Amino acid sequence: MFELLKARLGHGYQAIPNPLKANINPSFPGVAVILRADEQDFALAEQLCPTQAITKYSLDMGKCCFCGECSRKFPDTFTFKPDFRMASSSREGLVIKWQPQSATCSVPQVEVNRDLQKLFRRSFALRNVSAAGCNACELELGASSNVNFDMGRYGLEVVASPRHADGLILTGPVSANMAGALQETWEAIPEPKALILCGTCAISGGMFAKSGAIDRGWLESTPAVLYIPGCPAHPLSIIHGIMSLLGRNK
Amino acid sequence: MDNTSSPHNPYVTDLPKLIDNAGFFTRIRQLCALGYIPLYYFGSAKSILHCGMAKNNKEMEFLCTGFPKKGAYPALSTDFPAFHIFERELFEEWGILPEAHPWLKPLRFPPDSKVKMKDYPFFNSKSQVLHEVGVGPVHAGVIEPGHFRFICHGESIEHLEIQLGYQHRGICKLMQKGDIRTKMPLAEMIAGDTAIGHGLAYCLAVEALCGVQPKQSVQSIRLVALELERIAMHLADLSALSGDIAYLSGLNFFAALRTTVINSSLAICGSRFGKRWLRPGGVNYGISAQQNKVLRDTLDTFEAQFNRSSKALFGDSGVLNRFDSTGSISLQAAQELNMSGITAKACSYEVDARKDFPIKEAESFEPVTEQSGDVYARAMVRYREINQSLELIRYLLSTLPDNSDIESGDIPQPNKAKMAVSIVEGWRGRIVHVLISADDGSTELYKIYDPSLHNWFALALAVRGEGISDFPLCNKSFDLSYCGADL
Repeated sequence: MFELLKARLGHGYQAIPNPLKANINPSFPGVAVILRADEQDFALAEQLCPTQAITKYSLDMGKCCFCGECSRKFPDTFTFKPDFRMASSSREGLVIKWQPQSATCSVPQVEVNRDLQKLFRRSFALRNVSAAGCNACELELGASSNVNFDMGRYGLEVVASPRHADGLILTGPVSANMAGALQETWEAIPEPKALILCGTCAISGGMFAKSGAIDRGWLESTPAVLYIPGCPAHPLSIIHGIMSLLGRNK
Repeated sequence: MDNTSSPHNPYVTDLPKLIDNAGFFTRIRQLCALGYIPLYYFGSAKSILHCGMAKNNKEMEFLCTGFPKKGAYPALSTDFPAFHIFERELFEEWGILPEAHPWLKPLRFPPDSKVKMKDYPFFNSKSQVLHEVGVGPVHAGVIEPGHFRFICHGESIEHLEIQLGYQHRGICKLMQKGDIRTKMPLAEMIAGDTAIGHGLAYCLAVEALCGVQPKQSVQSIRLVALELERIAMHLADLSALSGDIAYLSGLNFFAALRTTVINSSLAICGSRFGKRWLRPGGVNYGISAQQNKVLRDTLDTFEAQFNRSSKALFGDSGVLNRFDSTGSISLQAAQELNMSGITAKACSYEVDARKDFPIKEAESFEPVTEQSGDVYARAMVRYREINQSLELIRYLLSTLPDNSDIESGDIPQPNKAKMAVSIVEGWRGRIVHVLISADDGSTELYKIYDPSLHNWFALALAVRGEGISDFPLCNKSFDLSYCGADL
């Protein structure tokens, strides 16, 4: 009993006061930034990028595995801000584009989804399906509910059954062997429901996009409401993305 | 050691000479009798059967033979169960039949598999008294997919069959495509919770193949990363074990402590999982004198709180009641199944690549072991290994030069027609990577072995006779990788 009390006292208060405005270590590679439209750097980076995320003059965060090779080799052209607000409500929004008029680049945006906001503003339950996820996104999604990030405080939770869920949060590139179970889980969630793609693999297949063991057919016919990039997606990115989607990021 | 030119892990050698089938299998049986363990056993596209047997850095043999003429041979598994999973893989990949194999079922269901997943041949008791419970592939928690089929007598588990393959991503094939030196991000995804373990095994294999040896200081940084990963994942497991028995204080204590540790990795390399930290030939991020001090201070604070929390955990009679004698595995089973890591050490099987196959000329390293082989022992090994890793990290950090520079230069082309083998003690256990280069220097073959491949079967044995409600606890105490096994 006393051991437990001592441990509890030492533990202190662990929750991050406001995960939507948290400070993150400056070494975190968050939102991608294109600093200039350098033809040669882009040509070389295009060769270098393991997931073909870079083309002239854009960087697709939905494909990026955040290995950082481009920003280390060409620091004058590419950088990643320590900004966890990486999610986007459209797939296109994840493509960071160079805008020559202003000599800046685009940033990902989450637009409030009015339909979801009306129904799920105060309570949003998600069922996670890991379909060939490497367990990094799964651990980060799990951590979103832990004592530090505690998304439960906002009424956001990951539930054990699709019957209890308002949506599905997918991790992993979707292996052919999991495609059926993923679809069945989706069908078991009552309407209305929302699909969220968590992590680069779920968004684009990432490193596995060209593997013969991957089957993303179902995703092509099922639109997602939110895309949260990262390898893995950071808990702060997950919470920020979902809260913004529900119009609660104020 | 035969045919090898590098005296210790990672190994690089010319392709071993082909011997005849009879000689190959006889030698394997002899080595098994001498207490060697199989590191790898697989067929290649060139119709060659490879086997690596070892006891430690000095006692190691690489063997090769052609595929058996009739496409069949007397199974090794009947005498040496350690081979059962290798032989299942061999049969699935190349159709070579290990005759009289006791459990020759599909393993991963790759795209060209003849057997469909829904036709998996589950063991069926045909009993009127027993009933079956199927769980998965989608589980209640936020975890990877796999299917568990229990045969129960009332609440008690008589038999568990584990069907994997849902996570199969074809990662070995992807490793073989293109320049092997650029595969770091992929290696980190073999199992994302073991990014450093598998990443380091990949780096070592590539470096051996390309004839590069990084400096001692670089190896030290990598080992710091490896031990940080071990601490972080052991904490995740202690947290989840607490959660599974509704000891919510432990669930939260260890989860918060894990945050502290993985944020230390983030501060150095930008990833809470240590992704992008290592690279073949060096590391992307060094540890500056200031980071060194911050890390040591963080770990000091961590250690005090960790030991307080552990004392509370292991001093709680309710916790001990659930951990004690649950999901036991015998030493004999551990040895026969070629188990490694926490689960093996928890039944006093003293295997640890840090001792048996050291990467650096190591100081003496003694693995932590426990006797009872149950959930308690597996939790205890984790607790003691965290303290051991703290000591290791402190030692490594004290040897790092100030502003330790990093080597991130390009490494030379791979040597042609060579084989490289690397062994790393990841947090789950022994990781083995095998890399073979073709005559033109391209990658002919990349093989990955996560300890989970062997340990999954042990979980099935551990739950026999347990209540089905204790399965989550047993499963978490093993915490095996689905994608590491399914690749």
